[in-house]
Amino acid sequence: MARNRIHPHMFALYVSFASILMMFGALTSAYIVRHAAGDWLEFNLPTYFYFSTAALLLSSIALHYSYRSFIGNNERGYKIFLPIALVLGSIFVVLQYYGWNALFNMGVDLKLNVSGSFLYLITGLHALHILGGLACIIVAIINAFTLPYQPTVKRQVRFRLVLHYWHFVDVLWIYLLAFLLIVK
Amino acid sequence: MAHVHVKPSDPIDILIEEQGLDDHFHDHHDGDKYQSGFIGHYIFSMDHKIIARQFLITGIFWAIIGAGMSIIFRLQLGFPEADLQWIKPLLGKWIISNDGIGQLSPEFYYALVTMHGTILVFFVLTAGLSGTFSNLLIPLQVGARDMASPFLNMLSYWFFFMASCVMFYSLFLSTGPFSGGWTGYPPLSALPQASTGSGTGMTLWLVSLTLFVVSVLLGGINYITTVLNLRTKGMGMFRMPLTIWAFFVTAILGLLSFPVLASGFFMLIFDRGLGTSFFLSEIFIDGQALDRVGGSPILYQHLFWFLGHPEVYIIILPAMGIVSEVLSVHARKPIFGYKAMVYSILGIGFLSFIVWAHHMFMSGVNPFLSNFFVIFTLIIAVPSAIKVFNWITTLYGGNLRFCTAMLFSIGFVSMFISGGLTGIFLGNSAIDIQLHDTYFVVAHFHIVMGIAAFFGMYAGVYHWFPKMFGRFMNETLGKIHFWVTIIGAYAIFWPMHYLGMAGVPRRYYSFDTFDAFKHFGPMNEFITIAAIVVFSAQILMVINFFYSIFKGKRMTTKNPYGANTLEWTTPIDTGHGNWPGKIPAVHRWAYDYGKDGKEYIPQVMPLAEGEVEGDSH
Ligand code: HEM
Ligand SMILES: [Cu+2]
Repeated sequence: MARNRIHPHMFALYVSFASILMMFGALTSAYIVRHAAGDWLEFNLPTYFYFSTAALLLSSIALHYSYRSFIGNNERGYKIFLPIALVLGSIFVVLQYYGWNALFNMGVDLKLNVSGSFLYLITGLHALHILGGLACIIVAIINAFTLPYQPTVKRQVRFRLVLHYWHFVDVLWIYLLAFLLIVK
Repeated sequence: MAHVHVKPSDPIDILIEEQGLDDHFHDHHDGDKYQSGFIGHYIFSMDHKIIARQFLITGIFWAIIGAGMSIIFRLQLGFPEADLQWIKPLLGKWIISNDGIGQLSPEFYYALVTMHGTILVFFVLTAGLSGTFSNLLIPLQVGARDMASPFLNMLSYWFFFMASCVMFYSLFLSTGPFSGGWTGYPPLSALPQASTGSGTGMTLWLVSLTLFVVSVLLGGINYITTVLNLRTKGMGMFRMPLTIWAFFVTAILGLLSFPVLASGFFMLIFDRGLGTSFFLSEIFIDGQALDRVGGSPILYQHLFWFLGHPEVYIIILPAMGIVSEVLSVHARKPIFGYKAMVYSILGIGFLSFIVWAHHMFMSGVNPFLSNFFVIFTLIIAVPSAIKVFNWITTLYGGNLRFCTAMLFSIGFVSMFISGGLTGIFLGNSAIDIQLHDTYFVVAHFHIVMGIAAFFGMYAGVYHWFPKMFGRFMNETLGKIHFWVTIIGAYAIFWPMHYLGMAGVPRRYYSFDTFDAFKHFGPMNEFITIAAIVVFSAQILMVINFFYSIFKGKRMTTKNPYGANTLEWTTPIDTGHGNWPGKIPAVHRWAYDYGKDGKEYIPQVMPLAEGEVEGDSH
C-alpha cells in the first residue's frame, strides 16, 4: 500500500530482530547469573576470534558496497562485492571453528566448566544465524548472475532484507564478543 | 484494467466504492495464484481465513485429546479402587493389573498430567485460540487484503502442524511421553535416565516445542507487522476494535518471551545430549553419583517463567479482546472506557514481564527478591480490575441479547473474577508457603486461565462461525453447552480450593497413604463426576460445530448481528482479498451502538455533520 513509509517485509524483519535479541539476551543474562554464583573458570579467548571479527566487519562493508552499487547503476561493483561478502562471511565461520578448536586444545572442552559451555553455546548459536545469512547471500548471488540486471523496487527490497539482516548479525557478534571479554 | 464487477446496490457497498481505498488488488491476478486447485486452496493455503480454520480444527483435535487425558487421570483420583481394565484396549500396557484389578500405572499418570498441561496451554489455548482469531480477524478488522507475509503465515501453521505430529508420535512411545510436568523442570527433563518419560519422550517434547516456538514467532511477526503497516485508510490505532489491540499485544508478548524459552531449551538440550551442567548440580541416580557439578536448576525456572508468566497472558488477552467485542455488540452499547481498556491491555502486557518469580517463591529465591515480585504481581490486579469493571459497566443498562456467544462472554467475566481473586492470595509470598503446589493453585489457574480462556474462545467461535463457514451454529445446543459447562466448571474447581487450603498437594497419584487427606475421597469422586459431565458437554459442542459447518442455518445477510466492524462488510462468501472491490475506508471507532438514535453505525459510515466521534478522541 502506498501509504507505507516502510515496506512491510522490512518491518517484519526488524520485528524479528527483537526476538533474536531476546534469545541472546536470555543467554547472556543466564551467563551473568551463573557467573555470579562462582565455580567459574576464567580463560582467554583465542586470537582467532579477533580475526574472525575483522572478517565479519569487512564482509558487512562489502555487502553494503554491493548494495550501493546495485541501486546506483553500477553493475560491476554489485557483482564483484557480492561474492566478496560471501567469501569473507565464510571465512568468519571457518575462523570461529578454528577458535573452538584452539579452545578445545587448551583443555576448555564443552564439559570442563560451565563458562566454556556458555561460550560454545552462545558462539555456536550465533554461528547458526550467520549460516542462515550466508544462505541468503548465496541466493542473492544466484539472482545476480542469472537474472538480468534490473534494480526494481522489489529486488531492492529483497536485497535490503539480506543487507540489514547481515548488519544485524554483525552488530550482534560485536555485542557478544564485548560481553564475553568483559564478563569472564 | 479494473476488474469488472456489478455495480453494488447495498448502501455499505456503495460507500466502500465511493470512499474506499483502491489498491488495484483485483487488477492483476497474482493475488489469486495461490488459490488454484484443492491443495493450494485448502492445504498449503496462504489465505488468512483458511489458515485460521486450520488452526481452529487442529486446536479442536488437540482439545479432545488433552481433555480426554484429564478424564482418565481424574478417574484414578476420583475412583482409585475402580477397575480400569476396560481402558486397556486404548492404553495397553499402561493399565497394570493389581490382583486382577486394572489400574492406571503411576508413570503413565504423570505422563498424562504432563501432556494434558502441555497440550492445553500451548496447542489449544495458544495456537488454537490466538492462532485462529488473530488470523481470522486481524486482516478483516483492520481492512487488509491478507497478512503482511502470507507465506510466513502459512509456514506458521505448518510448523505448528509439525510440532503437533512430533508430540502426537511421542504419545505412542514404549517409554511413554514426557512425564515431568508441563514446565519441564530439570533434573527430570535434563537427565534421560531420570524417569521413564525423561528419555525419548522428553527429547520429542523438546523438538516439538522448539518447532512450536518457531510457529509462534512466525505468526507473531506477521500479526504485528499487519497491524502496524496494513491498516486501511482512516483506521487509526485508537479506532481499532479491542480484539485487534489484544491480538497485537499478545503477539508482542509472544515475540519477546518465547525466544527466552528457546534459550532455556537449548541449554537443556546441551545438558541432555552433550554432558554440560547448566542446570545440573551434584546428583545421584540409583545410588550412582553423576559427574555433573555446579549447575543450577533454579536458572531454568527463571528462564521458563520468564516465558511462562507472559504465556498465561498470551492465552488470556485474546480471550479478553474477543469478550470485549462480543459484549459490546450484543449489549448494543459502546464498550465502556475504550481507552482505559487499551491502556489496561498495555499495562498488563508490560507488567507480565516483571512478575515471573511469583511462581518461584518456594524455590529458595531470596525473600528480599520475592518482595519485589509480590508488589508487581499485586499491581497486575489493578488493570485486571479496570477491565472487569468496564465489562460489567458495558452490560449495565444494555439491550442484552442472550445468544450463546454473549452467554460465554458473561461467563468469561464471572470466571475471570473468581480466578483472579485467588491470584491475589497466591501473589503474597507468605500465604504461598501454604498454598504453593497444592490444589489451590490448580483451582486458581484452571478458573482464571483454563476455563476463562475456553469461554473466550467459545464466544469467538459461536460469534464468528458465520464469518468462517457461512452458517450459524445451533443455538439450543449452544445454550445447553454453556449452562452445563459453567455450572460443571465451578463444580470441578470450586472444591479444589478447599483441598488446597487443607494442603493437598497437586500432581500426586494417590493419597491413600496420607491420613490427613483420606477423608477427601468423596470430594474427589464428586470432582471426577463433574469433569465427566463437562467433558460430555464439550463433545456436544464439537458435534454442533461439525454439524453446523454442513447443515447449520445459512447466513443470509452480510451483517447478521448489526455490528460495526469491517469483517461484516465483506461478502457472505468472503473470497481471496476479502473485499471484491475497494478496501473500505474507516471514519469512526468500532463502538457506535445506540448513538444519535441509531442502533448501530458501521465504521465505514462518515461522521455526520457536526457529529463528535466516540471515546476515541
Ligand atoms: C490478579 C492476577 C493474578 C495473580 C496475582 C496471580 C498470581 C499467581 C501466583 C502467585 C501463582 C503461583 C502459585 C504457586 O505456584 O504457588 C500463580 C499461578 C498460576 N497462574 Fe496466576 N495470577 C493472576 C492471574 C492469572 C491469570 C490471568 C492467569 C492466566 C490467564 C494465570 C495463570 C496461572 C497459572 C497457569 C499458574 C500456575 C502455573 C503452574 O504452576 O503450573 N494467573 N498465579
Ligand atoms: Cu504467573
